[in-house]
Amino acid sequence: MSLYNFGLEPLSCHAWNKDRTQIAISPNSNVVHIYQKSEKGWNKIHELTEHSGRITGIDWAPVSNRIVTCASDRNAYVWTLKEDAWKPTLVLVRINRAATCVKWSPQENKFALGSGAKLISVCYFEKENDWWLSKHIKKTICSTVLSLDWHPNNVLLAAGSADLHCRVFSAYIKDIEERPGPTPWGAKMPFGEMLLEHKDCGGWVHGISFSPSGDRLAWVSHNSSIGVADAPAGKEVTQLTVEHLPLLSVLFVSETEIVAAGHDCCPYQYSYKGPGNLQFVKKLDVPKQSSRSGTSAMQHFRNLDKKATTEEDQNELDTLHQNSITQLCIVEGPKSKVNKFSSVGLDGAMVVWDFKVGVKNNENTIFLVFSRHKKEILTASTATVSVIKQ
Amino acid sequence: MAKNTLSSRFRKVDIDEFDENKFVDEQEEAAELQGPDGAEVESLLRQGDMMTAFHVALRNPPVNTKNAVVKERAQAIVLRVLTSFRSSEIETAVRSLDRNGVDLLMKYIYRGFEKPTENSSVILLQWHEKAFAVGGLGSIVRVLTARKTV
Repeated sequence: MSLYNFGLEPLSCHAWNKDRTQIAISPNSNVVHIYQKSEKGWNKIHELTEHSGRITGIDWAPVSNRIVTCASDRNAYVWTLKEDAWKPTLVLVRINRAATCVKWSPQENKFALGSGAKLISVCYFEKENDWWLSKHIKKTICSTVLSLDWHPNNVLLAAGSADLHCRVFSAYIKDIEERPGPTPWGAKMPFGEMLLEHKDCGGWVHGISFSPSGDRLAWVSHNSSIGVADAPAGKEVTQLTVEHLPLLSVLFVSETEIVAAGHDCCPYQYSYKGPGNLQFVKKLDVPKQSSRSGTSAMQHFRNLDKKATTEEDQNELDTLHQNSITQLCIVEGPKSKVNKFSSVGLDGAMVVWDFKVGVKNNENTIFLVFSRHKKEILTASTATVSVIKQ
Repeated sequence: MAKNTLSSRFRKVDIDEFDENKFVDEQEEAAELQGPDGAEVESLLRQGDMMTAFHVALRNPPVNTKNAVVKERAQAIVLRVLTSFRSSEIETAVRSLDRNGVDLLMKYIYRGFEKPTENSSVILLQWHEKAFAVGGLGSIVRVLTARKTV
């Protein structure tokens, strides 16, 4: 686990490059910053400043090394690296409301853009005229599209929206790709065809994610619940209510394990083993222990006098993130066996989490001790002792 | 004071009704539940069987109707049961519910908060504390986000 603070501004979104040495983030403004990893932390190397509205989505295609950004100014740009500078190309998305989220398809020949105009814009590059074109998916969407995810077959697209539904559409564009084979979601897939519509997910669907094989779809909604649709099992939906504040982002880290995080500032792990079998596994953030092992009598009375309480300073949350987590992203490992994932939040921090399936909390307990003077974090576990300087 | 001599009838028009893009909730064809049976609950309370009265009162919540009378009646019945519990028994009662039951109880509790009477707030706060311990923040969020209110 490592935490890096990118400043005071909340981080709206983030994306990693192919070898995870660079990260593109947006600090709640119309600018994208690209940071390069160094031994001491992260150095800013580029600033992408074409948008005029707040940036709402960034995605970095690992193989073709292109970045797509979308913002509330109803535009999207595709950035390509030319001679150590990123050059933008405008995409004709033709929306009349803000864009909310953007995702490259697995083969990177197109991307999907969700917007407040109640439609999804699927954009692809047309070589003849050398520009990016878009096709719209509008069927039955009644409100803002909040989240998108692509199926591994490069054709199916899942969308969660503010009209409390989650849907799976076909985004097959015959100009640029072959017809896809049948999947458990359906066989006929013309563009815009809706293969699944789950009505009433209980709340706005903030996050959505396909499993590594594409057979299952997980989403989190604003009524503090998580749902999974299982295509081979007749598209049966299993829902689980959560005792915490609503979750905002969800990620499959293996075929059965799901990680979700949100307003509770902490990632949680869930496990889906079949229809009707969705369970909470554990909290992935280990609470930190204060460095003060025993308060002196003086401290004790001072606290009592000042705050009428004998408890210690409770100004910070005991989770790593001090504010809601807005986005989760895979860092290391193939989709079917993720080793590390990252989270960014409203506190301006980015945390990279290690993930191991089947490690119980008491086997490798990690104590995080904060030393306020030297700003170091001392971590000790049953296996190793290490110091992380911040 | 200048009086507006032109007609102000336009101010009474509900502009949202004419909006083509208005979001309409999907009408579900689910069966209309009429709320718990008041007579049954009364008889159980008289017999002193609190737990059964509690479970009966939480049956058939009128979530699908828009009929205010049905909802008021159901609310009154549930409030009656909640107030007749002793403080020490509240916790066992809450533990006997499943997840959906706790969410439903929370809905009734918040409904009860809307119209406080003499003693109801105190009792409801005790119920709220116990229900919160089991349901967590999620159960309160579900009360706030539920489209189908009790």
